[in-house]
Amino acid sequence: MSEIRNLINITDLTIEEIDQLIEVADDIVANHSAYEDICAHKKLATLFFEPSTRTRLSFEAAMLELGGSVLGFSSASSSSAAKGESVSDTIQTVGCYADIIAMRHPKEGAPIVAAQRTTVPIINGGDGGHFHPTQTLTDLLTIKRKKGRLNNMTVGLCGDLKFGRTVHSLIEAMLRYEGIKFVLISPQELQVPDYVKEKMNAEGAEWVEVESLEDAMPELDILYMTRIQRERFFNEEDYIRLKDSYILDLAKLENAKADLTIMHPLPRVNEISVEVDDDPRACYFFQALCGKHIRMALILFLLGIKREA
Amino acid sequence: MNIDGVKNGIVIDHIKAGKSIQVYNLLGLDKVDACVAIIKNADSSKYGKKDILKIDAKIDLDYDLLGYVDSNITVNFVEDGKMVKKLHMELPETLTNVAKCKNPRCITSVEQEIVQQFKLIDREHKVYRCVYCDAEHKVK
Repeated sequence: MSEIRNLINITDLTIEEIDQLIEVADDIVANHSAYEDICAHKKLATLFFEPSTRTRLSFEAAMLELGGSVLGFSSASSSSAAKGESVSDTIQTVGCYADIIAMRHPKEGAPIVAAQRTTVPIINGGDGGHFHPTQTLTDLLTIKRKKGRLNNMTVGLCGDLKFGRTVHSLIEAMLRYEGIKFVLISPQELQVPDYVKEKMNAEGAEWVEVESLEDAMPELDILYMTRIQRERFFNEEDYIRLKDSYILDLAKLENAKADLTIMHPLPRVNEISVEVDDDPRACYFFQALCGKHIRMALILFLLGIKREA
Repeated sequence: MNIDGVKNGIVIDHIKAGKSIQVYNLLGLDKVDACVAIIKNADSSKYGKKDILKIDAKIDLDYDLLGYVDSNITVNFVEDGKMVKKLHMELPETLTNVAKCKNPRCITSVEQEIVQQFKLIDREHKVYRCVYCDAEHKVK
């Protein structure tokens, strides 16, 4: 029996495997009918202990488009977690019903515990402010489709870089590609955690921390905006003080490159003005579409299913 | 037991002065059915003062635990009154159920039965990170 693969952290995948997923995602678009029943009789459980729109629905849409079925819950309150059941017990139970599990949990490291308790593949759909590897796969597919490459570019990450799990995972992923410079744009209180800086330093990455989005703008090839996440603050006053730190509008884009790619994992609150949506450089809804394609490829990969030639 | 000489057993030496009771408790020496001596504030040419534990029995020791509590500790094995082996402790690469993660966002903060695990990130500065949430844990 082959070893069970999980996706807890983006580094669980090699860059060759990520390339392979991107290829399959593109093939799914090109040859959609070849994938329609490829996961027939397979079940995906989506266990979302924390709210989600894109991640959960794109996972469910992905499995349904592959001919499989889905089961699960969309909030902790509609599961036995509300009665005090542990992650360990929930996963051991669901592992009896599903072939693969995608989960989101507010506590960091919950998917590691889950992976220790079952023999079906676990996909981390976000664990607190820690990691969000499937968003990163989405981001990489988006960048590849827009830029045609994943190397040699300046990536600006802006907003809540401390609790922004999508930021942490994207940095870990892009560290492995040649010629990437990170411009980390945030208030001092929301800078990336030390463990992310340690990894950047260990890999010899080029990175700078700045507070001004306007000053950083001209050199960016990618601008990755993030929301200041109210749910990650223990203190409401801190949230209110920091929530409007960055608001991207057309005026701020005046000095940006013509081929800038503007990304956002969504949901947004007010950090990207809606007037930017019509700018051809805005890619965040395209990103959401990419999310379904790459999650289809990921489900196939983790289940060990390949399209017949 | 003669305090000066363990006949067949173990001498845990170079314990930081004042830490011998902690080491005694962590190793569960209260449950050892043999003579155990705790020597506090002994003179040390290296550290000024040190503590020593002498155990007149051959018992299994958790070297990771000893290395974590005090990486200056040396463990001497004694047979027929002579030292036959000496081990220098060092910070272990991983810690299992030795320290507790203090990050309130970590899964270990709510599910108590989970094994607490840390990995060594920086030996020089004695920094570990929680394997679940990456929170820092510094050895004091």
